[in-house]
This record gives sequence, structure tokens and C-alpha cells, in this order.
Amino acid sequence: MEPENKHFKDRVVELSGENVDLCFQCGACSSGCPMTQEMDYLPSKIIRMVQLGLEEALESKTIWVCTTCFNCEVRCPRGIDVANVMEALRQLVLRRKYDRVSLDELSPEEIRELPQIAIVSNQRKLTA
Amino acid sequence: MTRLAYYPGCTLKTNAKNFEDSTIATAEKLGIELVEPERWNCCGTVHSLSTDDVMHHLAPIRNLLRVEELSNAGEVDSKQVVTLCAMCYNTLKRSNMVFNEDSDRKKKIRDNMYKEDIEYSGNVEVLHHLEVLREMGWDKVKEAVANPLNGLKVAPYYGCLLLRPRGIGVDDTDDPTIMEDMLEALGAETVGFAYSQKCCGSYNAVHMKEVVADLAHKILKQAEEAGADMLVTACPLCEYNLGPRQSEVEKRYPVFKSIPVVYFTQLMALAFSLGEEAAAFTGNKPDPRPLLRDKGLLEE
Amino acid sequence: MENNAEIVTIYVMGKKHNVPGDLTIMKAMEYAGHQFTRGAGCRGGYCGACATLYRKKGSYKLEGALACQKIVEDGMYIAQIPFNPAEKTTYSLDELRPDANTILEYYPELSRCLACNTCTKACPQDIMVMDYVQASLRGDIEQAAKLSFDCISCGLCAVRCPAEIVPYNVGQLARRLYARYVDGPSQHVLDRVKEVEEGKFDEGIKELKNMDKAALQERYETREKILE
Repeated sequence: MEPENKHFKDRVVELSGENVDLCFQCGACSSGCPMTQEMDYLPSKIIRMVQLGLEEALESKTIWVCTTCFNCEVRCPRGIDVANVMEALRQLVLRRKYDRVSLDELSPEEIRELPQIAIVSNQRKLTA
Repeated sequence: MTRLAYYPGCTLKTNAKNFEDSTIATAEKLGIELVEPERWNCCGTVHSLSTDDVMHHLAPIRNLLRVEELSNAGEVDSKQVVTLCAMCYNTLKRSNMVFNEDSDRKKKIRDNMYKEDIEYSGNVEVLHHLEVLREMGWDKVKEAVANPLNGLKVAPYYGCLLLRPRGIGVDDTDDPTIMEDMLEALGAETVGFAYSQKCCGSYNAVHMKEVVADLAHKILKQAEEAGADMLVTACPLCEYNLGPRQSEVEKRYPVFKSIPVVYFTQLMALAFSLGEEAAAFTGNKPDPRPLLRDKGLLEE
Repeated sequence: MENNAEIVTIYVMGKKHNVPGDLTIMKAMEYAGHQFTRGAGCRGGYCGACATLYRKKGSYKLEGALACQKIVEDGMYIAQIPFNPAEKTTYSLDELRPDANTILEYYPELSRCLACNTCTKACPQDIMVMDYVQASLRGDIEQAAKLSFDCISCGLCAVRCPAEIVPYNVGQLARRLYARYVDGPSQHVLDRVKEVEEGKFDEGIKELKNMDKAALQERYETREKILE
């Protein structure tokens, strides 16, 4: 593995606390994921990309669509918490001063109608 | 009366006031006084999943510290705290686990807990209200029923954070029965459906309305096809995505038939005959009252 | 200036000055030759213009104070924060509703609060800032208004907030909503307005208007006695 690939993989493993090498690509995480129709790479494929140290994982739509519902965590026969890996990938992007959602783009009417919990959790997960 | 610390969470004071009102009334009927700490802050909403993050644990641990203060002052009878919102429950419980299991992060959390008089011990137990009821016994719930919900077919919707990840949930992750047990104690008939634990789309409601509407549509349609009259939930965000956001579902699926979504405590209030104010159905969209009147469970 | 106080060393924007140790930060800076063109106002701890950040010698702690109130200490590192860049939200109070979501609608960044309490730590007025931010988030206008009551909008909370919230603007909206819709107008104000309208003070105003400058000055300088 090239040094830059290894560096990326190590960073994801460190941030997520998950040993991605345990994954044998059974696809159980992807089959249980409620958001796959909105994803460009299936969750199992994202794990494979991390195994190989491919930084393109950071550019995927998948990591932003994930709702951290933990269906993948419950289903993984290898005990990987895939949601933690998704979070690590999001964090790597967010920590470069990136906001996925901007509150400035929401209308006052939308904000008024949404329950607090929706806005708070959205901002927690998707902004720096 | 048993005095139990109660952590509301932000939405219980606004959009989900009906959840709070019905809970306080039904808990009182069952001999539980819910004691809200004078000060509390956001639960921390959505447990932080990265290993180096300490900041996001400050909010949940600070709330547990408030519970400890209540307990130290003798204002509650145990070091337990009951939550209603599934997200609050999940966040508080998981941060409590991090605090107790990771000594490094525990130290950092303590070091950064500015302006507090005491240090959190780690001894508060986080419960969901459903767990409190189960502990009390379904027979006790049954005894309080004055208006059994006979003939009402209810689909319990668990969603995610009441059950997952493993080790956190209020019940068996794969085969939960806690909501069914509760609803059957009220005399209702429960209807199983495949999507009872499928995610509602959660916080994507803010910026991905259509996607969340698609998910809601799948869940609601499944429940309806399984014969349910209504869905029952224990989370204000699920309630919002599945209830008020049916307006969005209708835009995308013209043949969609709306179906009421209520909190489990509202059905308790109805079954206990605690009156309209306690059941607080005025806060629900779509309105469940016409259906409940049809079923003879609510007076005209 | 006569001063027998012990001389201490302070660092203003990194520049070393020796100043008498019993002066406030503001007076010490003027003693050292600085002239305030911004960041000074009432000099009495009420207006909030002289927000200052400092660190003490040997301490990692970044602390906040009002320059007109805080006495200098030996080895203090000082920086003035004369202005906090924040948009002044405009709204018509008559068109607002005191609903649970009103404050959030105007300041949706409230949702980013981490409850880290850094704002509370930075507040020179000892206000529980985080608690009123959180009360605002959950729509508790009354609590937000009451907890933020002593705020003088110095801006230190906003400078320190990792969630980029501007708490003093939030508290101000809460207090306005509370006063306008919850508390309502005070009886003594209504009584006084009635007295004004009935002409109770017309005579007095007329008298003042006809005074010459010297007489006015005399009246001003003895005003405390008149009140007594």
C-alpha cells in the first residue's frame, strides 16, 4: 500500500475505532441500509475503499446520506460498527471547514415548522 | 408517589408537548411523580461516534450531573433519570457509558466541565419511560385502564434509537416486544409490520424532505397494509417525519391514504380515561380523533 | 497623576508597560499612553463597550472582563475586543409571536449549542449564558429573558462560542418578547404616561425652557439635592 493510502486508512481506523480489515464483503450492512437508493457507493463498498486506503470515499454522497440508524451495526457478522466509519469519514471532511447543510439556506417558515430535535441533530452531524 | 428524575429534552417543550403532557398525567396515575431538574440543557443530540471527540459529551454528562444534584438534594428517590425522546435516551445513555468505560475521556470530560459545583460520579442510570413501565409491571398498567382500547389496531413503530446499537436498546434488538406488551395491556390489538424498526429518515428531514417522505411512505403504507388503524411511536423526530410530514408524502404519492401517528403515552391517557387535556390529541397531525370516535373510544 | 500603589507589569497587545497596580485595565492603558477611540463608554460597568480578554501570568486560562471594572494584575496579557462582528437582526416586535419557535426562527444557529458552557465562563456579568441559550432553544422565553436580564452585550460570549452563536442578540430578543407579550406594560409606566398626557409636567417643562444657561447648570449640579 502506498504511504498516502496507508495514512488515510490509519486515520479512519483511529477516528472510528473500528478494525475495517475484519470486513469480508458479505454485504449485510448494505442490504439492511434504508438509504441505499440515495447512495453512490453501498456502505460495504465504502468499507472496501477504506480497507484499500482510497481517499475517494470522502467524496462520496453515501457518507452524507447515512442517517446513523445502526442497522448496519446490528447486522454485521464481523462486529464492525459501520456507522462509526461513516462518522469518521464525515469528520475528516467537516474538519476541513466544510458544512454540508447551511442554515442560511433554510427559510424562516421551514425553521419554524421543524422540531428542535431535527435541526439540532442535523447540525451536529452535518456541520463543522 | 415515587419521585423520579425526568429529563424532557427540547422538543418535549415545543412540538412534542403532547408527549410530555400525556406522560406526566399517566405517570401520576401510576404513582410516579416526574421531577424535572430546574436547570437542564440539550441532551447532546445524536451520540458522537468519533473516538477523539470530548466536546459532544459535555452536554449529556452535564444533564446527568443535574440529576445527581437532584438526588443529592433528596428531591428524587433514586439516581435514575427517565427520558421520553428516543434520541435523548440514546445520547444520554451512550455518553454515560463512555464516561464510565473510557477513563481517558472521563478525565477530559471532567476537566472541561466548566463552572460546576460537583463532579459527576458516573452513577446515574438512564432509562426510557417504557422501561420504567415494564419494571413496574404490565399488570399495574392494566389495572389503571378504565377505557380499554378494544378494537383498535395499532402498529408499534420502534425506529432506531430505542433499540440500536446493541447494548443500548430498551429491549431485544432483533425481536422487541416492549411496545406490544404495553399496548396490549391497554386492550389494543397490535399489528406487526416489516418496517417497524426501519429508519424514518431522521435529521435528513431538514434538507432532504423528499427522501424522508419516500421513507415515511414506505413505513406508513406497510403499516396500513398490515391492517393498522394507527402508528404508535416514542420519538418526537419519528413522529414528525411520519405524522406532520404526511403532507409531503401526499404531494409525492397522490393515492396515499393518511394514517394517524400518536405517542404511546397518549393512548395510555385515553385508556386511563384521563380526559382530552391529558391525551392532548390536538397536537397531532393527522388528527387521530375522528378514528378514535369511530371506534367508540373517544366521546363525540 | 499621584499614585503610591505598587507598580506592576502588564502587556497590552504584547507591548510591555509598567503601571500602578490599583488601576483598572482601562485607566492603566490610558496611564501607559493609550487613547480609547473605540471600546470605551460609560466607564461604570453598564454599557458593555470595553470588553477585554486577558491571561494572567502562569495561567492557561483565557478570561473575560470589562476594562473599566477589572483591576490590573502583575503579568497580565491584555487585548481589547471593541467590537464583535455580528449581524444585527431586524424584526418588528409587533409582527412577532411569542411562540416556542420564534427565537429559533431568527437565530437558528442556537441549534448548534454544545452546552460547553464557555460562554458562561467568559461572561463578566456572571450570567448563566449557556442556560439562557438553551432556554431559548426550547422556547422558554420567560426563563431566557430572566436569566439574560443583566446582559450588557459586551460580546465576550459570542467571541468564545464554538458554535458561532451570538448569545447577547438571542437574550435581547427573548427579553423583548417577554416584555412585549408575556409581562406586558408595567402599571407605573401606564400611570406616568397618563400623568404626562394630563399635563402634570407641562408647568415644569415650561419653566426649564425659559431658564438661561447658568440657571440650568445650577439646577443640574444640584439635582441630587432636589431629588432628596
